[in-house]
Amino acid sequence: MAIEINMPALSPTMEKGTLAKWMVKEGDTVESGDVIAEIETDKATMEVEAVDEGTITQILVAEGTEDVPVGQVIAILVEEGEEAEASPDALPEPTKPVVETKASAPADVPAQDVFVEPSAPVVAVTLADPAVPQGTEMTNLTVREALRDAMAEELRRDPDVFVMGEEVGEYQGAYKVTQGLLDEFGPDRIIDTPITEHGFAGLGAGAAFAGLKPVIEFMTFNFAMQAIDHIINSAAKSRYMSGGLVSCPIVFRGPNGAASRVGAQHSQNYAAWYANVPGLKVIAPYDAADCKGLLKAAILDPNPVVFLENELMYGESFDVPVLDDYVLPIGKARIFREGSDVTLVSYSITVGEALKAADMLAEQDISAEVIDLRTIRPLDIETVIESVKKTNRCVIAEEGWPQCSVASDISAQLMEKAFDYLDAPVTRVNSVDVPLPYADNLEKAAVVNADKIVTAVKAVCYSE
Amino acid sequence: MAPKKSTKKPAASPRRRSTKPALYKAADDELISFYQQMLLIRRFEEKAGQMYGMGLIGGFCHLYIGQEAVVVGIQTALKDGDSVITGYREHGHMLVGGTDPKAVMAELTGRSGGCSSGKGGSMHMFNPEKGFYGGHGIVGAQVSLGTGLGFAAKYRKTDNVSVAYFGDGASNQGQVYESFNMAQIWDLPVVYIIENNQYAMGTSVKRASSEIELCRRGESFRIPGEQVDGMNVLAVRAAMDKAVKYCRDGKGPYILEMKTYRYRGHSMSDPAKYRSKEEVQKMRSEHDAIDQIKAVILDRGLMDEADLKAADKAIKSRVADAASYAQECPEPALSELYTNVLA
Repeated sequence: MAIEINMPALSPTMEKGTLAKWMVKEGDTVESGDVIAEIETDKATMEVEAVDEGTITQILVAEGTEDVPVGQVIAILVEEGEEAEASPDALPEPTKPVVETKASAPADVPAQDVFVEPSAPVVAVTLADPAVPQGTEMTNLTVREALRDAMAEELRRDPDVFVMGEEVGEYQGAYKVTQGLLDEFGPDRIIDTPITEHGFAGLGAGAAFAGLKPVIEFMTFNFAMQAIDHIINSAAKSRYMSGGLVSCPIVFRGPNGAASRVGAQHSQNYAAWYANVPGLKVIAPYDAADCKGLLKAAILDPNPVVFLENELMYGESFDVPVLDDYVLPIGKARIFREGSDVTLVSYSITVGEALKAADMLAEQDISAEVIDLRTIRPLDIETVIESVKKTNRCVIAEEGWPQCSVASDISAQLMEKAFDYLDAPVTRVNSVDVPLPYADNLEKAAVVNADKIVTAVKAVCYSE
Repeated sequence: MAPKKSTKKPAASPRRRSTKPALYKAADDELISFYQQMLLIRRFEEKAGQMYGMGLIGGFCHLYIGQEAVVVGIQTALKDGDSVITGYREHGHMLVGGTDPKAVMAELTGRSGGCSSGKGGSMHMFNPEKGFYGGHGIVGAQVSLGTGLGFAAKYRKTDNVSVAYFGDGASNQGQVYESFNMAQIWDLPVVYIIENNQYAMGTSVKRASSEIELCRRGESFRIPGEQVDGMNVLAVRAAMDKAVKYCRDGKGPYILEMKTYRYRGHSMSDPAKYRSKEEVQKMRSEHDAIDQIKAVILDRGLMDEADLKAADKAIKSRVADAASYAQECPEPALSELYTNVLA
């Protein structure tokens, strides 16, 4: 049978090329792997190898021909022991170059719908915090203790859970979050690593591929920039790239954002960075109860979770319900304080400033509703919208740079989904757009505080 | 996994390739099977190259032609429960790992019947059921990930091993050494296979590496390393048997540098002008892995020329079936766009 040799595509973008040179002539026999021609593409001169064995019976495009479209028959090869029976005229039409069909409509959609983005499936799951029965005993815990308790409970429940990071074991945690875990669970499960973020983040992701449930502690998320390739390219994308075959149930946790007087390289908030990535869940809780309930949820979750803590919050104490298994839903915001004049949205440490601002505003007869997002991805925009429908105003307070921030995204979504309910521009209160300075006065001036939030609220309430 | 006091002696200076390498003593049926597996990879990759030329395969496509002996020698030394991970030149790893060529080819054409449902492409193929964890596009990332697979084997107290393949190019990435360090301090059962095909895309090892004997890259971590003729499947298998035993015995990681060669460019769009035609031709005519094993088969009288031809024909027809399937199979449904992002 005669085999058509087509003009090949030799790069992801090539549509036509120059047949620069034939390395064979009619009558030559070739074996697979032999170079038969040179083709000039838009990028380079490439060699074309024969794939089948046989005799070149006809050369249909002369060397030097320019603009030969991909897919055009350039020669005919006849396999060993077969007659060259067909002339080029009698040959069937060459296979349509697939370069064209690529752009055509997928078979299962009418052509006119091609450019309409298919809509994402609507998830109609109503999330709710677990009921805490009246009379439930409360215990006063620091954020640090709540995080430790969450890990300890999950370590007890599931032998596949382990904790790995710098100084998590013998040193008892650089910030003492893992205090006591080594004593209870031993060095096989509480693992001190060398200073090697890129390496142990990847090691953790690989262990998660194999079904273990690593909790990877970064001493701070600033150091996770060394490891961000594994968080995004390895952990977040593998399930999708494998068509669902590979899971990566891993938690990356540690303090995030500014601490106190540690300078620009140790003070960044990464919430917006990770929240940009499909395939990740991103949690940034405020108080101790949420830290416990959400860290347990993160460890139980079958997806990679980035869990952003805050060093300045570790020593703060809050009531935590004494329940056997206090797990909170990921993706559910919390209305921390109800109000009617303005919606104040925040997360992590800045929730504290928002609450302070709400107190200050109350003295001026402005009633602020304070929403703690708790989870940044998936973002509970519905709770924010419902609140804005009531208050018609929204200020978002976030300790982090303004451009492409979580606040920017919420602002955009309110514009798209709640425009008709707004009586004033949605306003962002972010950190100042500079690397965080060291000097005490400059650092204080750079971060978000209650006064800045109050000023923004008064502006949207037109009360000055 | 407690950080233990190292009682190990420094690794003996790595065994370079000896003039008389140990060769695996393959039984007759094993020899034929090695031949068939290598030939399947070659014919498959030739067809993939052809289909790329026809515009049926998009994006990047890195062919394994020339390196077949490495993956066949390595994979046949493994047992159930062992895990394997590599970079983006992984079609051969998928085929030898037991994935249907139809599913691999359909992934290349981006169809619903592809092993990643058409959502991964040439560089992102997986078969975790058979212990294969990809198929990774970031050079060097698979070394840390593979170290994690070895960590899991040890954590679960099995005697399984993890095999992490990477190239001479990846061997200059920092995370490789972070991984070597952890693997050695925790005695993780990881065989690191450096597929040294001499060129990191267009840059030769000589231009890119201060130490070109890549088997020595583990020396400062006290990891033993060995250089192997990666064009000879029997040499590969013999070296791998030794490395795997070392790991299964709980002695820690092991490095094998496979001296190999890719006949084609780095990817389909690479004209490979950084090396001479003579160099490529010399490897093909004097060191070809398939020709070498063919000679042993003829020498032992296991098959004659006609048998070999028939075997080739059978494999070609299997590959042709895969190619037809990959073209006939429908593209993924548009609803697939949104699936598999999260569990």
